[in-house]
Amino acid sequence: MPALLEANALRAYYGARPVLHGLSFSVPEGGIATLLGANGAGKTTTLRALCKMLRVEGEIRFAGQRIDHRSTEQIVRLGIAHVPDGRGTFVDLTVEENLKVGAITRRDREIAGDFERAYGYFPRLKERRRQQAGTLSGGEQQMLAIARALMLRPRLLLLDEPSFGLAPLLVEEIFRIMRQINQQEHVSILLVEQNASLALDLADDAYLLETGRLVLSGKAADIAKAESVRRSYLGY
Amino acid sequence: MESLLHQVLSGLATGSIYASMALALVMIYQATHHLNFAQGEMAMASTYLAWSLIDAGLPYWAAFVLTIALSFAAGVALERIVLRPLTNAPVLSLVIVFIGLLVIFNSVAGWIFTYTIKTFPSPFPTQPLFGGLLSGHELGAMSVTLIMLLLLYLFFRYTRLGLAMRAAAQNPVSSRLAGVRVGWMLALGWGMAAAIGAVAGMMIAPVVFLDPNMMAGVLLYAFAGALVGGIDNPMGAVVGGFIVGVLENLAGAYLIGTELKLTLALVVIVGVLVVKPSGLLGRVLVSRV
Repeated sequence: MPALLEANALRAYYGARPVLHGLSFSVPEGGIATLLGANGAGKTTTLRALCKMLRVEGEIRFAGQRIDHRSTEQIVRLGIAHVPDGRGTFVDLTVEENLKVGAITRRDREIAGDFERAYGYFPRLKERRRQQAGTLSGGEQQMLAIARALMLRPRLLLLDEPSFGLAPLLVEEIFRIMRQINQQEHVSILLVEQNASLALDLADDAYLLETGRLVLSGKAADIAKAESVRRSYLGY
Repeated sequence: MESLLHQVLSGLATGSIYASMALALVMIYQATHHLNFAQGEMAMASTYLAWSLIDAGLPYWAAFVLTIALSFAAGVALERIVLRPLTNAPVLSLVIVFIGLLVIFNSVAGWIFTYTIKTFPSPFPTQPLFGGLLSGHELGAMSVTLIMLLLLYLFFRYTRLGLAMRAAAQNPVSSRLAGVRVGWMLALGWGMAAAIGAVAGMMIAPVVFLDPNMMAGVLLYAFAGALVGGIDNPMGAVVGGFIVGVLENLAGAYLIGTELKLTLALVVIVGVLVVKPSGLLGRVLVSRV
Protein backbone atom coordinates (compact mmCIF):
# COMPACT_ATOMS: atom_id res chain seq x y z
CA MET A 1 0.00 0.00 0.00
CA PRO A 2 1.37 3.49 -0.82
CA ALA A 3 1.62 5.89 2.09
CA LEU A 4 -1.11 8.49 2.53
CA LEU A 5 0.77 10.27 5.29
CA GLU A 6 4.52 10.26 5.63
CA ALA A 7 6.68 11.90 8.26
CA ASN A 8 10.42 12.15 7.76
CA ALA A 9 12.77 13.17 10.56
CA LEU A 10 9.92 14.99 12.26
CA ARG A 11 11.00 17.21 15.13
CA ALA A 12 8.70 19.29 17.30
CA TYR A 13 9.23 21.92 19.96
CA TYR A 14 7.37 23.28 22.94
CA GLY A 15 8.87 26.74 22.96
CA ALA A 16 12.59 26.14 22.54
CA ARG A 17 12.50 22.67 24.04
CA PRO A 18 12.56 19.80 21.54
CA VAL A 19 10.01 17.10 22.37
CA LEU A 20 10.13 14.92 19.26
CA HIS A 21 13.56 13.93 18.03
CA GLY A 22 13.30 13.01 14.37
CA LEU A 23 10.44 10.56 13.90
CA SER A 24 9.89 8.81 10.59
CA PHE A 25 6.69 6.90 10.08
CA SER A 26 3.82 6.53 7.64
CA VAL A 27 0.15 5.68 7.44
CA PRO A 28 -0.79 3.44 4.50
CA GLU A 29 -3.57 4.58 2.18
CA GLY A 30 -6.74 2.93 3.41
CA GLY A 31 -4.93 1.36 6.35
CA ILE A 32 -4.57 1.85 10.08
CA ALA A 33 -1.36 2.71 11.88
CA THR A 34 -0.99 3.04 15.61
CA LEU A 35 1.43 4.94 17.83
CA LEU A 36 2.03 3.25 21.14
CA GLY A 37 4.01 4.23 24.16
CA ALA A 38 3.84 5.16 27.82
CA ASN A 39 2.53 8.42 29.23
CA GLY A 40 4.73 11.29 28.12
CA ALA A 41 6.31 9.35 25.25
CA GLY A 42 5.13 12.01 22.78
CA LYS A 43 2.11 10.31 21.18
CA THR A 44 -0.28 13.24 21.56
CA THR A 45 2.51 15.63 20.62
CA THR A 46 3.08 13.69 17.40
CA LEU A 47 -0.57 14.09 16.38
CA ARG A 48 -0.42 17.78 17.26
CA ALA A 49 2.76 18.19 15.24
CA LEU A 50 1.11 16.64 12.19
CA CYS A 51 -1.59 19.33 12.42
CA LYS A 52 0.98 22.06 13.00
CA MET A 53 -0.34 22.88 16.43
CA LEU A 54 3.24 23.39 17.50
CA ARG A 55 6.50 24.32 15.82
CA VAL A 56 7.88 21.49 13.72
CA GLU A 57 10.93 20.74 11.61
CA GLY A 58 11.33 17.94 9.11
CA GLU A 59 9.06 16.79 6.37
CA ILE A 60 5.38 15.86 6.48
CA ARG A 61 3.76 14.64 3.29
CA PHE A 62 0.07 14.03 2.76
CA ALA A 63 -0.94 12.31 -0.48
CA GLY A 64 2.52 13.15 -1.80
CA GLN A 65 2.22 16.87 -1.01
CA ARG A 66 4.41 18.68 1.54
CA ILE A 67 2.15 20.05 4.29
CA ASP A 68 4.68 20.99 6.97
CA HIS A 69 4.65 24.68 6.00
CA ARG A 70 0.85 24.96 6.07
CA SER A 71 -1.38 26.22 8.87
CA THR A 72 -3.65 23.99 10.95
CA GLU A 73 -6.76 25.26 9.17
CA GLN A 74 -5.26 24.56 5.74
CA ILE A 75 -4.15 21.06 6.75
CA VAL A 76 -7.64 20.25 8.01
CA ARG A 77 -9.12 21.44 4.74
CA LEU A 78 -6.98 18.89 2.88
CA GLY A 79 -8.97 16.16 4.61
CA ILE A 80 -7.16 15.43 7.85
CA ALA A 81 -9.57 15.22 10.77
CA HIS A 82 -8.09 15.28 14.25
CA VAL A 83 -10.03 13.91 17.20
CA PRO A 84 -8.05 15.61 19.96
CA ASP A 85 -7.38 14.31 23.43
CA GLY A 86 -10.04 15.61 25.77
CA ARG A 87 -12.46 15.25 22.84
CA GLY A 88 -12.68 18.95 22.01
CA THR A 89 -16.42 19.14 22.54
CA PHE A 90 -18.19 22.46 21.95
CA VAL A 91 -20.04 22.18 25.24
CA ASP A 92 -22.50 25.04 24.75
CA LEU A 93 -23.51 23.97 21.25
CA THR A 94 -26.08 21.27 20.62
CA VAL A 95 -25.00 17.86 19.39
CA GLU A 96 -26.25 18.71 15.91
CA GLU A 97 -24.44 22.05 15.90
CA ASN A 98 -21.24 20.23 16.90
CA LEU A 99 -21.62 18.08 13.79
CA LYS A 100 -22.33 21.17 11.68
CA VAL A 101 -19.06 22.68 12.87
CA GLY A 102 -17.37 19.49 11.70
CA ALA A 103 -18.71 20.12 8.20
CA ILE A 104 -18.10 23.85 8.25
CA THR A 105 -15.46 23.81 5.52
CA ARG A 106 -17.69 21.90 3.10
CA ARG A 107 -20.00 23.47 0.53
CA ASP A 108 -21.38 20.37 -1.18
CA ARG A 109 -24.95 19.14 -1.07
CA GLU A 110 -24.23 15.82 0.57
CA ILE A 111 -23.90 17.19 4.08
CA ALA A 112 -27.50 16.35 4.99
CA GLY A 113 -26.89 12.71 4.08
CA ASP A 114 -23.69 12.68 6.12
CA PHE A 115 -25.60 13.61 9.26
CA GLU A 116 -27.61 10.43 8.79
CA ARG A 117 -24.47 8.39 8.21
CA ALA A 118 -22.86 9.78 11.35
CA TYR A 119 -26.05 9.06 13.30
CA GLY A 120 -26.03 5.59 11.71
CA TYR A 121 -22.71 4.83 13.40
CA PHE A 122 -23.79 6.46 16.64
CA PRO A 123 -27.58 6.17 17.07
CA ARG A 124 -27.32 7.54 20.58
CA LEU A 125 -26.23 10.89 19.22
CA LYS A 126 -29.37 11.10 17.12
CA GLU A 127 -31.55 10.73 20.20
CA ARG A 128 -29.65 13.59 21.77
CA ARG A 129 -29.17 15.83 18.79
CA ARG A 130 -30.98 18.83 20.29
CA GLN A 131 -29.20 18.48 23.64
CA GLN A 132 -26.29 20.69 24.70
CA ALA A 133 -23.15 18.67 24.05
CA GLY A 134 -21.77 19.50 27.50
CA THR A 135 -24.52 17.40 29.05
CA LEU A 136 -23.38 14.22 27.28
CA SER A 137 -21.51 11.48 29.11
CA GLY A 138 -17.81 10.92 28.44
CA GLY A 139 -18.51 8.04 26.07
CA GLU A 140 -21.11 10.00 24.16
CA GLN A 141 -18.73 12.93 23.85
CA GLN A 142 -16.12 10.57 22.41
CA MET A 143 -18.68 9.36 19.88
CA LEU A 144 -19.54 12.97 19.11
CA ALA A 145 -15.87 13.79 18.58
CA ILE A 146 -15.49 10.95 16.06
CA ALA A 147 -18.80 11.83 14.37
CA ARG A 148 -17.72 15.47 14.13
CA ALA A 149 -14.47 14.40 12.50
CA LEU A 150 -16.38 12.23 10.00
CA MET A 151 -18.46 15.25 8.95
CA LEU A 152 -15.32 16.62 7.31
CA ARG A 153 -15.32 13.60 4.96
CA PRO A 154 -11.68 13.09 5.85
CA ARG A 155 -9.18 10.93 4.04
CA LEU A 156 -7.21 10.55 7.24
CA LEU A 157 -8.46 10.38 10.79
CA LEU A 158 -6.07 11.17 13.66
CA LEU A 159 -7.48 9.65 16.83
CA ASP A 160 -6.05 10.56 20.22
CA GLU A 161 -6.82 7.93 22.85
CA PRO A 162 -10.45 7.24 22.00
CA SER A 163 -10.59 4.71 24.84
CA PHE A 164 -9.55 7.19 27.52
CA GLY A 165 -11.77 7.07 30.60
CA LEU A 166 -14.41 4.83 29.04
CA ALA A 167 -15.95 1.62 30.30
CA PRO A 168 -14.54 -1.52 28.61
CA LEU A 169 -17.78 -2.35 26.78
CA LEU A 170 -17.94 1.14 25.33
CA VAL A 171 -14.30 0.94 24.30
CA GLU A 172 -15.01 -2.24 22.37
CA GLU A 173 -17.97 -0.61 20.66
CA ILE A 174 -15.90 2.39 19.64
CA PHE A 175 -13.11 0.18 18.28
CA ARG A 176 -15.65 -1.84 16.32
CA ILE A 177 -17.02 1.37 14.81
CA MET A 178 -13.51 2.58 13.96
CA ARG A 179 -12.94 -0.61 11.99
CA GLN A 180 -16.26 -0.07 10.18
CA ILE A 181 -15.34 3.51 9.37
CA ASN A 182 -11.98 2.38 8.02
CA GLN A 183 -13.55 -0.29 5.83
CA GLN A 184 -16.78 1.36 4.70
CA GLU A 185 -15.63 4.95 4.31
CA HIS A 186 -12.10 4.09 3.17
CA VAL A 187 -10.74 6.48 5.77
CA SER A 188 -7.15 5.85 6.80
CA ILE A 189 -6.50 6.07 10.52
CA LEU A 190 -3.58 7.03 12.72
CA LEU A 191 -4.45 5.88 16.21
CA VAL A 192 -2.77 6.89 19.43
CA GLU A 193 -3.57 4.51 22.27
CA GLN A 194 -2.65 3.48 25.77
CA ASN A 195 -4.56 0.26 25.37
CA ALA A 196 -1.90 -1.50 23.30
CA SER A 197 -3.62 -4.85 22.87
CA LEU A 198 -6.77 -3.33 21.38
CA ALA A 199 -4.77 -0.99 19.17
CA LEU A 200 -2.49 -3.76 17.84
CA ASP A 201 -5.54 -5.82 17.13
CA LEU A 202 -7.03 -3.06 14.97
CA ALA A 203 -3.96 -1.67 13.26
CA ASP A 204 -1.93 -2.80 10.26
CA ASP A 205 1.28 -1.03 11.28
CA ALA A 206 2.53 -0.09 14.70
CA TYR A 207 5.16 2.31 16.02
CA LEU A 208 6.51 2.36 19.51
CA LEU A 209 7.53 5.69 21.01
CA GLU A 210 9.77 6.35 23.97
CA THR A 211 10.47 9.92 25.14
CA GLY A 212 10.11 11.43 21.70
CA ARG A 213 11.97 8.73 19.77
CA LEU A 214 10.76 5.72 17.82
CA VAL A 215 12.19 2.57 19.35
CA LEU A 216 10.37 0.03 17.24
CA SER A 217 8.23 -0.19 14.15
CA GLY A 218 6.68 -3.00 12.19
CA LYS A 219 3.54 -4.92 11.39
CA ALA A 220 1.09 -4.73 14.26
CA ALA A 221 0.58 -8.49 14.19
CA ASP A 222 4.32 -9.16 14.56
CA ILE A 223 4.69 -6.74 17.45
CA ALA A 224 1.71 -8.25 19.20
CA LYS A 225 3.42 -11.64 18.92
CA ALA A 226 6.83 -10.53 20.17
CA GLU A 227 6.66 -11.51 23.80
CA SER A 228 9.66 -9.48 24.98
CA VAL A 229 8.39 -6.25 23.40
CA ARG A 230 4.98 -6.75 24.91
CA ARG A 231 6.41 -7.28 28.37
CA SER A 232 8.96 -4.51 28.39
CA TYR A 233 7.08 -1.79 26.54
CA LEU A 234 3.40 -2.51 26.41
CA GLY A 235 2.84 -3.98 29.82
CA TYR A 236 0.39 -6.77 29.14
CA MET B 1 -49.51 55.16 37.84
CA GLU B 2 -49.21 56.87 34.50
CA SER B 3 -45.91 58.38 35.52
CA LEU B 4 -44.62 55.00 36.69
CA LEU B 5 -45.50 53.48 33.32
CA HIS B 6 -43.78 56.39 31.63
CA GLN B 7 -40.63 55.82 33.67
CA VAL B 8 -40.62 52.11 32.87
CA LEU B 9 -41.13 52.62 29.14
CA SER B 10 -38.52 55.28 28.83
CA GLY B 11 -36.22 53.08 30.94
CA LEU B 12 -36.72 50.31 28.41
CA ALA B 13 -35.85 52.75 25.63
CA THR B 14 -32.48 53.69 27.17
CA GLY B 15 -32.18 50.08 28.31
CA SER B 16 -32.14 49.01 24.67
CA ILE B 17 -29.03 51.15 24.17
CA TYR B 18 -27.37 49.65 27.24
CA ALA B 19 -28.38 46.20 26.02
CA SER B 20 -26.65 46.77 22.67
CA MET B 21 -23.47 48.07 24.27
CA ALA B 22 -23.52 45.24 26.79
CA LEU B 23 -23.86 42.77 23.93
CA ALA B 24 -20.88 44.35 22.17
CA LEU B 25 -18.82 43.96 25.36
CA VAL B 26 -19.90 40.37 25.90
CA MET B 27 -19.17 39.35 22.30
CA ILE B 28 -15.55 40.37 22.73
CA TYR B 29 -15.39 39.00 26.26
CA GLN B 30 -16.64 35.57 25.22
CA ALA B 31 -14.02 35.23 22.51
CA THR B 32 -11.05 36.73 24.34
CA HIS B 33 -11.90 36.92 28.06
CA HIS B 34 -11.03 40.58 27.98
CA LEU B 35 -13.28 43.58 28.52
CA ASN B 36 -12.87 46.17 25.85
CA PHE B 37 -12.84 49.40 27.84
CA ALA B 38 -12.65 51.34 24.58
CA GLN B 39 -15.98 49.99 23.33
CA GLY B 40 -17.80 53.18 24.33
CA GLU B 41 -15.23 55.49 22.77
CA MET B 42 -15.35 53.46 19.55
CA ALA B 43 -19.11 54.03 19.50
CA MET B 44 -18.54 57.75 20.15
CA ALA B 45 -16.10 57.93 17.23
CA SER B 46 -18.68 56.21 15.01
CA THR B 47 -21.28 58.74 16.06
CA TYR B 48 -18.97 61.61 15.13
CA LEU B 49 -18.46 59.92 11.79
CA ALA B 50 -22.24 59.82 11.29
CA TRP B 51 -22.47 63.47 12.31
CA SER B 52 -19.80 64.41 9.75
CA LEU B 53 -21.56 62.48 7.00
CA ILE B 54 -24.89 64.14 7.79
CA ASP B 55 -23.15 67.50 8.06
CA ALA B 56 -21.67 66.89 4.60
CA GLY B 57 -25.20 66.61 3.25
CA LEU B 58 -25.94 62.89 3.26
CA PRO B 59 -29.53 61.90 4.08
CA TYR B 60 -29.88 60.46 7.61
CA TRP B 61 -30.44 56.83 6.71
CA ALA B 62 -27.65 56.81 4.11
CA ALA B 63 -25.29 58.16 6.74
CA PHE B 64 -26.64 55.57 9.21
CA VAL B 65 -25.88 52.64 6.90
CA LEU B 66 -22.51 54.00 5.79
CA THR B 67 -21.49 54.60 9.42
CA ILE B 68 -22.32 51.02 10.33
CA ALA B 69 -20.32 49.69 7.39
CA LEU B 70 -17.29 51.88 8.08
CA SER B 71 -17.39 51.11 11.82
CA PHE B 72 -17.45 47.42 11.02
CA ALA B 73 -14.41 47.79 8.80
CA ALA B 74 -12.62 49.85 11.43
CA GLY B 75 -13.38 47.25 14.08
CA VAL B 76 -11.93 44.49 11.90
CA ALA B 77 -8.86 46.60 11.15
CA LEU B 78 -8.34 47.39 14.84
CA GLU B 79 -8.31 43.71 15.72
CA ARG B 80 -5.99 42.78 12.86
CA ILE B 81 -3.52 45.62 13.37
CA VAL B 82 -3.51 46.37 17.10
CA LEU B 83 -4.77 43.26 18.90
CA ARG B 84 -3.58 40.40 16.74
CA PRO B 85 0.09 40.96 17.63
CA LEU B 86 -0.93 40.86 21.32
CA THR B 87 -2.63 37.45 21.16
CA ASN B 88 -0.32 35.90 23.74
CA ALA B 89 0.39 39.04 25.73
CA PRO B 90 -0.30 39.07 29.48
CA VAL B 91 -3.68 40.38 30.66
CA LEU B 92 -2.23 43.59 32.02
CA SER B 93 -0.75 44.57 28.65
CA LEU B 94 -4.16 44.17 27.06
CA VAL B 95 -5.87 46.20 29.76
CA ILE B 96 -3.37 48.98 29.13
CA VAL B 97 -3.96 48.75 25.37
CA PHE B 98 -7.72 49.02 25.89
CA ILE B 99 -7.32 52.01 28.17
CA GLY B 100 -4.86 53.49 25.69
CA LEU B 101 -7.40 53.09 22.89
CA LEU B 102 -10.01 54.75 25.08
CA VAL B 103 -7.83 57.79 25.68
CA ILE B 104 -6.68 57.97 22.06
CA PHE B 105 -10.21 57.84 20.64
CA ASN B 106 -11.37 60.40 23.20
CA SER B 107 -8.61 62.91 22.63
CA VAL B 108 -8.51 62.53 18.86
CA ALA B 109 -12.27 63.18 18.75
CA GLY B 110 -11.78 66.22 20.97
CA TRP B 111 -8.94 67.43 18.79
CA ILE B 112 -10.87 67.09 15.53
CA PHE B 113 -14.37 68.04 16.67
CA THR B 114 -13.59 70.07 19.86
CA TYR B 115 -15.21 69.36 23.19
CA THR B 116 -18.16 71.64 22.43
CA ILE B 117 -21.41 69.77 22.76
CA LYS B 118 -23.21 69.25 19.43
CA THR B 119 -26.79 68.30 18.72
CA PHE B 120 -27.32 65.09 16.83
CA PRO B 121 -30.42 64.66 14.68
CA SER B 122 -33.04 62.01 15.30
CA PRO B 123 -34.73 60.47 12.28
CA PHE B 124 -37.92 60.05 14.29
CA PRO B 125 -40.67 62.57 15.07
CA THR B 126 -40.04 64.29 18.39
CA GLN B 127 -43.61 64.72 19.56
CA PRO B 128 -44.78 62.62 22.51
CA LEU B 129 -46.81 59.50 21.74
CA PHE B 130 -49.57 57.67 23.61
CA GLY B 131 -50.47 60.71 25.69
CA GLY B 132 -46.89 61.47 26.72
CA LEU B 133 -45.91 57.95 27.73
CA LEU B 134 -43.05 57.74 25.24
CA SER B 135 -41.41 60.13 22.81
CA GLY B 136 -41.21 59.39 19.11
CA HIS B 137 -37.45 59.13 19.35
CA GLU B 138 -37.58 56.71 22.27
CA LEU B 139 -39.96 54.43 20.41
CA GLY B 140 -37.90 54.68 17.21
CA ALA B 141 -34.56 54.08 18.94
CA MET B 142 -36.00 51.10 20.80
CA SER B 143 -37.37 49.64 17.56
CA VAL B 144 -34.07 50.07 15.73
CA THR B 145 -32.08 48.38 18.49
CA LEU B 146 -34.62 45.59 18.87
CA ILE B 147 -34.51 44.90 15.13
CA MET B 148 -30.72 44.86 15.29
CA LEU B 149 -30.74 42.45 18.24
CA LEU B 150 -33.20 40.20 16.43
CA LEU B 151 -31.05 40.17 13.28
CA LEU B 152 -28.00 39.33 15.37
CA TYR B 153 -29.86 36.49 17.06
CA LEU B 154 -30.93 35.06 13.70
CA PHE B 155 -27.41 35.45 12.35
CA PHE B 156 -25.77 33.58 15.23
CA ARG B 157 -28.49 30.97 15.47
CA TYR B 158 -29.10 30.07 11.86
CA THR B 159 -26.15 30.93 9.65
CA ARG B 160 -23.01 28.96 9.00
CA LEU B 161 -20.80 31.96 9.68
CA GLY B 162 -22.65 32.66 12.92
CA LEU B 163 -22.07 29.08 14.02
CA ALA B 164 -18.39 29.32 13.09
CA MET B 165 -18.07 32.49 15.19
CA ARG B 166 -19.77 30.88 18.18
CA ALA B 167 -17.57 27.79 17.85
CA ALA B 168 -14.40 29.88 17.57
CA ALA B 169 -15.28 31.88 20.68
CA GLN B 170 -16.08 28.78 22.66
CA ASN B 171 -13.28 26.44 21.76
CA PRO B 172 -10.62 27.93 19.48
CA VAL B 173 -8.43 24.83 19.40
CA SER B 174 -11.25 22.53 18.40
CA SER B 175 -12.52 25.08 15.88
CA ARG B 176 -9.15 25.23 14.21
CA LEU B 177 -9.16 21.44 13.98
CA ALA B 178 -12.52 21.68 12.20
CA GLY B 179 -10.99 24.12 9.70
CA VAL B 180 -12.50 27.32 11.11
CA ARG B 181 -10.28 30.37 10.52
CA VAL B 182 -10.34 31.40 14.17
CA GLY B 183 -8.30 34.58 13.73
CA TRP B 184 -10.74 35.94 11.19
CA MET B 185 -13.74 35.00 13.31
CA LEU B 186 -12.26 37.12 16.08
CA ALA B 187 -11.75 40.03 13.70
CA LEU B 188 -15.34 39.70 12.50
CA GLY B 189 -16.49 39.74 16.13
CA TRP B 190 -14.63 43.03 16.62
CA GLY B 191 -16.20 44.42 13.49
CA MET B 192 -19.66 43.44 14.64
CA ALA B 193 -19.13 44.85 18.12
CA ALA B 194 -17.99 48.13 16.57
CA ALA B 195 -21.05 48.18 14.30
CA ILE B 196 -23.39 47.48 17.22
CA GLY B 197 -21.73 50.30 19.13
CA ALA B 198 -22.23 52.61 16.16
CA VAL B 199 -25.97 51.95 16.17
CA ALA B 200 -26.15 52.46 19.93
CA GLY B 201 -24.18 55.71 19.66
CA MET B 202 -26.38 57.11 16.90
CA MET B 203 -29.53 56.19 18.81
CA ILE B 204 -28.43 57.70 22.15
CA ALA B 205 -26.74 60.83 20.75
CA PRO B 206 -29.99 62.80 20.21
CA VAL B 207 -30.72 62.27 23.94
CA VAL B 208 -27.33 62.77 25.59
CA PHE B 209 -25.98 65.08 22.83
CA LEU B 210 -22.74 64.59 20.98
CA ASP B 211 -19.43 65.19 22.72
CA PRO B 212 -16.27 63.12 23.17
CA ASN B 213 -17.38 61.98 26.63
CA MET B 214 -20.92 61.03 25.67
CA MET B 215 -20.45 57.27 26.01
CA ALA B 216 -18.69 57.23 29.39
CA GLY B 217 -21.94 56.94 31.31
CA VAL B 218 -23.53 54.64 28.76
CA LEU B 219 -20.59 52.24 28.92
CA LEU B 220 -20.79 52.14 32.70
CA TYR B 221 -24.48 51.19 32.52
CA ALA B 222 -23.63 48.64 29.85
CA PHE B 223 -21.00 47.08 32.13
CA ALA B 224 -23.60 46.92 34.86
CA GLY B 225 -26.08 45.34 32.44
CA ALA B 226 -23.56 42.79 31.20
CA LEU B 227 -22.70 41.83 34.78
CA VAL B 228 -26.33 41.59 35.86
CA GLY B 229 -27.09 39.25 32.98
CA GLY B 230 -23.87 37.28 33.18
CA ILE B 231 -20.70 38.49 31.49
CA ASP B 232 -20.35 35.35 29.38
CA ASN B 233 -23.93 35.17 28.15
CA PRO B 234 -25.06 37.38 25.22
CA MET B 235 -28.74 36.84 25.92
CA GLY B 236 -28.13 37.68 29.58
CA ALA B 237 -26.30 40.87 28.61
CA VAL B 238 -29.29 42.06 26.60
CA VAL B 239 -31.73 41.27 29.41
CA GLY B 240 -29.36 42.87 31.92
CA GLY B 241 -29.12 46.02 29.80
CA PHE B 242 -32.90 46.43 29.82
CA ILE B 243 -33.07 45.76 33.57
CA VAL B 244 -30.42 48.39 34.27
CA GLY B 245 -32.22 50.91 32.02
CA VAL B 246 -35.49 50.52 33.90
CA LEU B 247 -33.76 50.44 37.28
CA GLU B 248 -31.86 53.62 36.46
CA ASN B 249 -35.03 55.45 35.51
CA LEU B 250 -37.10 54.27 38.45
CA ALA B 251 -34.38 54.98 40.99
CA GLY B 252 -33.75 58.37 39.41
CA ALA B 253 -37.43 59.28 39.58
CA TYR B 254 -38.41 57.89 42.96
CA LEU B 255 -35.35 57.20 45.06
CA ILE B 256 -32.16 59.11 44.52
CA GLY B 257 -32.76 61.84 41.97
CA THR B 258 -30.86 62.37 38.76
CA GLU B 259 -27.53 63.40 40.30
CA LEU B 260 -26.83 59.98 41.74
CA LYS B 261 -28.03 57.92 38.79
CA LEU B 262 -24.55 57.06 37.58
CA THR B 263 -23.58 55.99 41.07
CA LEU B 264 -26.37 53.47 40.84
CA ALA B 265 -24.55 51.74 37.97
CA LEU B 266 -21.49 51.37 40.17
CA VAL B 267 -23.58 50.10 43.04
CA VAL B 268 -25.10 47.51 40.73
CA ILE B 269 -21.65 46.47 39.46
CA VAL B 270 -20.23 46.06 42.95
CA GLY B 271 -23.43 44.43 44.20
CA VAL B 272 -23.47 41.80 41.47
CA LEU B 273 -19.78 41.03 41.89
CA VAL B 274 -20.22 40.54 45.62
CA VAL B 275 -23.52 38.67 45.68
CA LYS B 276 -23.72 36.74 42.41
CA PRO B 277 -20.63 37.14 40.23
CA SER B 278 -21.99 34.88 37.51
CA GLY B 279 -25.01 37.13 36.98
CA LEU B 280 -28.58 36.03 36.29
CA LEU B 281 -27.92 33.84 33.26
CA GLY B 282 -24.18 33.34 33.48
CA ARG B 283 -22.30 30.14 34.00
CA VAL B 284 -20.66 29.49 37.34
CA LEU B 285 -17.02 28.82 36.64
CA VAL B 286 -15.64 25.89 38.50
CA SER B 287 -11.97 25.26 38.13
CA ARG B 288 -10.14 22.23 39.35
CA VAL B 289 -7.05 22.93 41.37
